[in-house]
Amino acid sequence: MMDTSNWDWEKGVKVISKINDCDAETEWLTEPYASPDGEKVAVLAKTEEGFDVCVNAKAWGQTFDNAWYPRFSPDGRLTCVASTDMEWTLAVDGEPWPETYGYIWNTMFSEKGDVIAAAIQQDGTYGMAINGEQVGELYETASEFTLSADGKRTAAVVQVQSMDAADIFTFQQGCYSVAVDGQAWDIKVVNAWTPTFSPDGSRVAAQMRSSLYDYTIIVDGTPWSKNFAMVWDPCFNPKTGTVVAPVRMAGKWGMAENEQVIWDPVYFQLWEQKFSPDGNNLYAICAPQYGRWTVVHNNNTWNVLVNTMLTDLTVSPDGQRAAAAAKEKDKWTIMADDALWPQWYDMVWTPVFSPDSKHIATKVEKPGKKLTVAIDGKHYKEDFTHCWEPVFSPDSQKVLIRGVQGGKFKRIVAKVNEF
Amino acid sequence: MSEAATAKRIADPGLDQSIEKLTPDRIEATILRVINQENSARLKTFVDTCVHCALCSEACHYFMSYDRNPRYAPVGKVKNTLWEMIRCKGKVSKEFIRDAAQIAYTECNLCKRCVHFCPFGIDTAYLMTIVRRICHLLGVTPQYLQDTSHSHSATFNQMWVKDDEWMDTLQWQEEEARDEFPGLRIPLDKEGADIMYSVIAPEPKFRAQLIYQAAAIFHEAGSDWTMPASPGWDNSDMAMFSGDAEMMGRLKRKHFDTARRLRVKKIVMGECGHAYRSVYDMGNRWLGYKEMPIPIIHAIQFYCELLRAGKIKVGSKIKELCTFHDPCNTVRGMGLHEMGREVARAFCPNMVEMHPNREHNYCCCAGGGVINCGPPHKMTRVHGNSIKAEQLKATGAKIVIAPCHNCHGGLEDIIHHYKLDMKLMFLGDIIFEHMQKPGAVE
Repeated sequence: MMDTSNWDWEKGVKVISKINDCDAETEWLTEPYASPDGEKVAVLAKTEEGFDVCVNAKAWGQTFDNAWYPRFSPDGRLTCVASTDMEWTLAVDGEPWPETYGYIWNTMFSEKGDVIAAAIQQDGTYGMAINGEQVGELYETASEFTLSADGKRTAAVVQVQSMDAADIFTFQQGCYSVAVDGQAWDIKVVNAWTPTFSPDGSRVAAQMRSSLYDYTIIVDGTPWSKNFAMVWDPCFNPKTGTVVAPVRMAGKWGMAENEQVIWDPVYFQLWEQKFSPDGNNLYAICAPQYGRWTVVHNNNTWNVLVNTMLTDLTVSPDGQRAAAAAKEKDKWTIMADDALWPQWYDMVWTPVFSPDSKHIATKVEKPGKKLTVAIDGKHYKEDFTHCWEPVFSPDSQKVLIRGVQGGKFKRIVAKVNEF
Repeated sequence: MSEAATAKRIADPGLDQSIEKLTPDRIEATILRVINQENSARLKTFVDTCVHCALCSEACHYFMSYDRNPRYAPVGKVKNTLWEMIRCKGKVSKEFIRDAAQIAYTECNLCKRCVHFCPFGIDTAYLMTIVRRICHLLGVTPQYLQDTSHSHSATFNQMWVKDDEWMDTLQWQEEEARDEFPGLRIPLDKEGADIMYSVIAPEPKFRAQLIYQAAAIFHEAGSDWTMPASPGWDNSDMAMFSGDAEMMGRLKRKHFDTARRLRVKKIVMGECGHAYRSVYDMGNRWLGYKEMPIPIIHAIQFYCELLRAGKIKVGSKIKELCTFHDPCNTVRGMGLHEMGREVARAFCPNMVEMHPNREHNYCCCAGGGVINCGPPHKMTRVHGNSIKAEQLKATGAKIVIAPCHNCHGGLEDIIHHYKLDMKLMFLGDIIFEHMQKPGAVE
């Protein structure tokens, strides 16, 4: 979890930097990114020689042939994928990792931000690196890269059996597995997807296809004994360690826990399940009727429905509330506690609960591409041309707004009751 | 099985080797499952309504091109596959399944032209899709088509393009394009853009210049756009055509989730027909979306809107005689025929129509996954579309505009085989070459 306790929570507005300022000679600047604490803003800078990165108007001073995907880690370090002479690496606060790769991408962070990981390709083989060090073996192919919450462990789907082009029969015997810490499980499967760690990082579960028609969940290399017509992403109960996953049977979706069906298959769709931190509440997005969407909580569906889309399910820290981004036709709002916010927007982002679970905030877009933050259905008085997701103060009384207004990047701490 | 239905067996390991594993019980159970559990009123209505009048016959380019051989009449294809499966209550031989697979996968493009000729509107493409579903569940699918379906399941694209190859290709095209358009960027994973541009895997694999062209058009139009840096960028869907509905759903979920992750307002897709069908008609419905979760518009519509809004302007015009091929999935599926012509006419004052045209246009004979069945079946489709060659030749056109990748593949083979002196172009080719480019350097 990101530590926000030492951030500046003094109410007020700070102008951090002008977005289009850079102390280096640049042709153009693009795609600003704000640090989680709002104290820094990074901009990619195109120079005559190549690319640089500008942070609060100060250039790193490194020229890369290419640079992209600038992302701040939760602890405030800036990473950027960069290449020089056809070799790629990750630059962290302007310092490239010593190792270079054929390609590097998909930057990932541990929850605290102390660990930085990425997917790598070296000489046509694939794997992961943590803090600049290759993890375990590289494979013919690898995908679906995952980092545990503490950043100590990695997982990915890897190809463990070679096959020729169009060799459909070898493929169907199983050529893939899951590699944890760079070491593949013994089992070969037709397909595996979305490996996911248990909250403590000790276990891994994934979706698995054992034949072209049989799907199940595999946990630490052992598949469930039952197959299903289809499954979606598994997740661990943080309290009991059991694994739950939506499963499809006879054309409808239900929920299985450790291969036993706990919610009967009555849903037209069921996905994005999430546990409360205490493991007692299980929420998911479901379609109880064809084309109509709501939240299901411990197998009880909410009454309010939307027709177009429901996504980004989020559970409150106390586990008693849930919220999701809801779409009706071309407008978006937040569905929370079996009700829709009255305001509708051109876009909403993932809802964020306050630490005391009392408030819900989200980044929203109003007509005219005006971005701002809304809390509990009311949006902030000012709009921005760029804006990032809100962050609540530890006491839940204030919210950090990060936005660009009139070309200036502002860090605003506002009280929740100002909305 | 009639002699006509077994006369043209073509060797294909995916069909020949796979039937060896079949047992009568498995065949019967699979057919009954698909007919009784996965399909109901629609199938029964079509089966009960057909009066065997054969008015659908002349709708089919295979029938017309193969000397009106009844094997290739839509009703003939149903008679030799699904009707027999239903009549025998699933008790058919593995040899029957083998032939049914060849018919359903390689001798029907699912083009739906026959729907327009049936007095009752029976959708033979739907019926052939049921046959394909049965064959998929029996493991009897053409080798090359199955290989692309495997690629979808392993990589979420149909060409085994790896994650790094995808991004590297975009960055290569961006660098190339920047020589011509200094400020150009292919925004990769730009959250909050208006548009996610999605393509099919053959573009980064074989036709990277199309990505360059699209980037130039977006750049000149001043669009707020992005392309994803993660799987979900490929909107194509051979699992839909192989009968693997589950993989089709998984693919489309990835596609929509990627667009949702990037918070785009809409998806603009490149010039592909079957991918369009997969997102607006098939995959979305399998997932449970009654409405499109994120609006998707085809390149035809996107280009038309840009022209109408004056965001791109005509710089020069093509002097040669042009004609316009109507892709089945954008025209019979979504009615974009006039928009396509509007874009084409803006740049090509000398346009001549093929006859018939619009929703009655003949299929390219590549669609429906048929071209993806690979080399063994190439000449079946080339010979099965001599009527298209006649249609093209009769126009006298020097340029054929076809806003669909599969149509390009099919028509290229037709043009080559029948020695037609014609050049094929996408709408994007024409726009890129002939639009005003104020952002370009000399």
